[in-house]
Amino acid sequence: MAASASQPVFEIEGLCVDYTTELGVLHAVRDVSLAIHEHESFGLVGESGSGKSTLAMGAIRYLAQNGRVTDGSVRLNGVELLGLSDKDLRALWGAKIGVVYQSPLSALNPSIVIGKQLAEVARQHLGMDASAARGRVQEMLTKVAMPDPEAVMKRYPHQLSGGMLQRCVIAMALMTNPSLLIMDEPTTALDVTTQAVVLDLVAELKREFDSAILYITHDLGVITKICDRVGVMYAGEFMEQAELKELFKRPLHPYTLDLLGCVPHFDPTPQKRSLVTIPGSIPRVDHLPPGCIFAPRCGFVEEACTQARPPLVAVDGAHLSACRRWQVVPPPAEYLRAATEAVREVQTECVAREVLVAADDTQVHFKAPKGTVRAVDGVDLEVCVGQTLGVVGESGSGKTTVARAIIGLTPRTGGDIRLRGDSLALSTAKRPRSTLREIQMVFQNPDASLNPTRSVGDAIMRPLALLGGLDRRQARDKALELLESVSLPASYFDRLPHELSGGEKQRVAIARAFAAEPGIILCDEPISSLDVSVQGSLMNLLMKLQVEKQTSYLFISHDLSAVQHLSDVIAVVYLGHVMEVGDATTVLTPPFHPYTEALLSAVPLADPDVKQKPIRLSGSVPSAMNVPPGCRFHPRCPRNLGDICREQEPPWRVGEGDHRIYCHIPLDELARLQAETLVLDTEESA
Amino acid sequence: MARFILRRLGFMVMTVLLASIIIFWATTVLPGDLASQILGRFATEEAKSQLRTELGLDRPVVVQYGSWLGNYVQGDWGKSPSMNTLVRPIVFERLSNSLMLAVVAFAMYVPLGILLGLIAALRKNTWVDQTISVGSLAFIGLPEFVSGLILIAIFAIQLNWFPAQSAIPPDTSFIEALPYLILPAITVALTSLAYVVRMTRSSTVDVLQMDYVRTANLKGLPPRKVLFTHVLRNSLLPTVTVVAIGIGWLIGGLIVTESVYGYPGIGRLLLFAIQRRDLVLIQSTALLIVLIYVVANLVADILYAVLNPRIRYS
Repeated sequence: MAASASQPVFEIEGLCVDYTTELGVLHAVRDVSLAIHEHESFGLVGESGSGKSTLAMGAIRYLAQNGRVTDGSVRLNGVELLGLSDKDLRALWGAKIGVVYQSPLSALNPSIVIGKQLAEVARQHLGMDASAARGRVQEMLTKVAMPDPEAVMKRYPHQLSGGMLQRCVIAMALMTNPSLLIMDEPTTALDVTTQAVVLDLVAELKREFDSAILYITHDLGVITKICDRVGVMYAGEFMEQAELKELFKRPLHPYTLDLLGCVPHFDPTPQKRSLVTIPGSIPRVDHLPPGCIFAPRCGFVEEACTQARPPLVAVDGAHLSACRRWQVVPPPAEYLRAATEAVREVQTECVAREVLVAADDTQVHFKAPKGTVRAVDGVDLEVCVGQTLGVVGESGSGKTTVARAIIGLTPRTGGDIRLRGDSLALSTAKRPRSTLREIQMVFQNPDASLNPTRSVGDAIMRPLALLGGLDRRQARDKALELLESVSLPASYFDRLPHELSGGEKQRVAIARAFAAEPGIILCDEPISSLDVSVQGSLMNLLMKLQVEKQTSYLFISHDLSAVQHLSDVIAVVYLGHVMEVGDATTVLTPPFHPYTEALLSAVPLADPDVKQKPIRLSGSVPSAMNVPPGCRFHPRCPRNLGDICREQEPPWRVGEGDHRIYCHIPLDELARLQAETLVLDTEESA
Repeated sequence: MARFILRRLGFMVMTVLLASIIIFWATTVLPGDLASQILGRFATEEAKSQLRTELGLDRPVVVQYGSWLGNYVQGDWGKSPSMNTLVRPIVFERLSNSLMLAVVAFAMYVPLGILLGLIAALRKNTWVDQTISVGSLAFIGLPEFVSGLILIAIFAIQLNWFPAQSAIPPDTSFIEALPYLILPAITVALTSLAYVVRMTRSSTVDVLQMDYVRTANLKGLPPRKVLFTHVLRNSLLPTVTVVAIGIGWLIGGLIVTESVYGYPGIGRLLLFAIQRRDLVLIQSTALLIVLIYVVANLVADILYAVLNPRIRYS
């Protein structure tokens, strides 16, 4: 499968793409080359702003009006694309070139049924009439393992789940067995269990179809599931290109090394370590440094690196690196140990047995026109002083609603929530200031949670004055102090949110949450919308502040690796109910709840040498209006026992420490079933 | 869908009822009642009070309202004191005139507005776009009595293409009336054109940036097909709604234009009734206009739901 002697199917040579903007002409992609062979897939990795989508869309000449390919050559099956007329190009689009997009819901026309949208491709390129095209669509939908294709063809996009829609888009892209398949973050918008199913499908289709795949993603884990060769992009250029395993085992560029180090790895040890951080941020393409473009952020920089820009050259066979000091780049494991430090010990016991926040059979039910939405349906949680409780679950699991009920933004409709033993009023309006001060929240989207017309300083000073009772001068001093603690310069005090990057905005939101000196901060997916390197530095920040201020966190995320990295205790929730709760280590080792097991198996590990046991969930999370009877997980459970799971609510099975699993299967039985670890034999040892 | 329409119909009935109460109440608090109107200023109090008893004006207001509404629904709209004829035939005559004008105006500005809006969107930020936007906007600010007089000066007086006055006699057929309708219709179209252009332009610009338009292009469909199957259907949704809501105004709200041209439409009938303090005529005409507005809104809602599957199936 690796680069063969045969002619590549798709070849980009020295491609340059410019955008004309108000700032002048931006050289978004500069002198980039790559080649993909039949059946091969090339992974294009990079953070936002690295130019990976521009590269792909520029290569097939689909650019915004202000975009222009200025130099280079792009050949598909030997045909030069850059000289083609618009008409000839359109004859290739959809026929020889298929594209799968990030968000399948927005990639499909909301007012046309699925079948018709897919049939358009067959009619346009395969010369089929309406009924032949329908047959072809049905055949393709069957190939992508779509349940009941005939019914799906009559549906509108909004009537299908994300995973089903992405299958439709994949079916559409492969309709003509294209030579080139471009997949632009095709699983980023999907839940992790759905992502796993779609990735399996892509891996399978890769064998069945002849297409060369250009796979764009920011997720190093996903890359390992699909790609044969990987290119790491940074600010419009390749830093490194190598065979998949080669890249992970022996990265020869410091940027790749940093990228690998800033995502948390699964290791259930009692010590919480920091993550690798990359100082600074991606340079704007109109302000590139003169030498190596990564030099200002590089840990291995020397004088000569800043003089002339090093070219991307073959350093070891097909392994290309743009680092002139590639010989000194250390192996990842060694680098990881040196560049990170132990920050805190896992705290599984309650200090002085003090429980800070406890939820007791908490319910949040909403009345809807057609029934009751049971968003939170009997949740028990406990967070001790200085502890982090991680709450993990797919979208629709009710994890955000739990947080909103605790802080009082959404009143609970049943059960109790206590702060230091005292029952909390239902909503913020009825809570005294002292209580409001104790519970703070950091939201997912800092753009929406910071007032665009108020300066950073104002945002932080408001809780100081309102809840801390400080006068203006004291508040100002304290706000500057907080800015420093979240590693933002004092000059940011008077800036407005739109002048900040996403990561910086989230730092302001964190500073604001800490301003009230709260006992607990509810972090609702605080890092999910950010780049991996920014995620890493924010997780480091959260951990550092926790040690300094002894604050508790309720950390909500769909990202199991982030949750395990930060948490002392983990609760796995599904459809408004806790499925499993316990110390981070016990939750992440067998016995698992079958749902936890499936989640763990679905997380793509950023290590091509491990093979994960494929446990896949069928379908998607049911609506909280129709919670299944018995065990609510039974319709999707791979270990479903039958009648008992369908009819009876499962018992809480209590294991070591406070480890509890909500399942009909006894713990020792689960342990026996799950004895073989999720991570199957690594090829290394085989 | 049936439930959706039923619910809308329910709202519609409520709106009309409420409007009928307001109309009735407003006309009863106006100075001078029906009896003094019919008998004239010099009638004796006795004569008036006798007539009031005959007309039932001495009954409580609620009873009067009930019988008025009951009669209205049954088609008995009463007799106009100022014109001394039955109200219903006059109102319907004027309504049909208004409809003729509305149809011609509609046929002028809706297709043109959509076309110009589309061209502006497809040529976004070029001189074509700017010319269309500025040009159509210029007419929004121009009051009908100004644009109407200019049109009359040019096309009726200078060029003598169309009649300057449009006071068509009763029972004129559509074909016969057509020459009289052109100038008033242009006047109406000029003020409405910009709304359609702007709406079409902005929604088309939005839709052109949608991911699914990229999908359609990268399917390799010809640009014409992308525009017609993928762009238009979605981008015309807001325009359809605005246009449908505008129908109410187009039929019942053209008082100024009708006055400029002396066109016997329903708007001018209402004006006449108010000038003569003809309460019966005011009530009947006003309630009919309300009815037209409400129906136009209902049509807009239903059209939107029919065209938008996301509403239809939720």
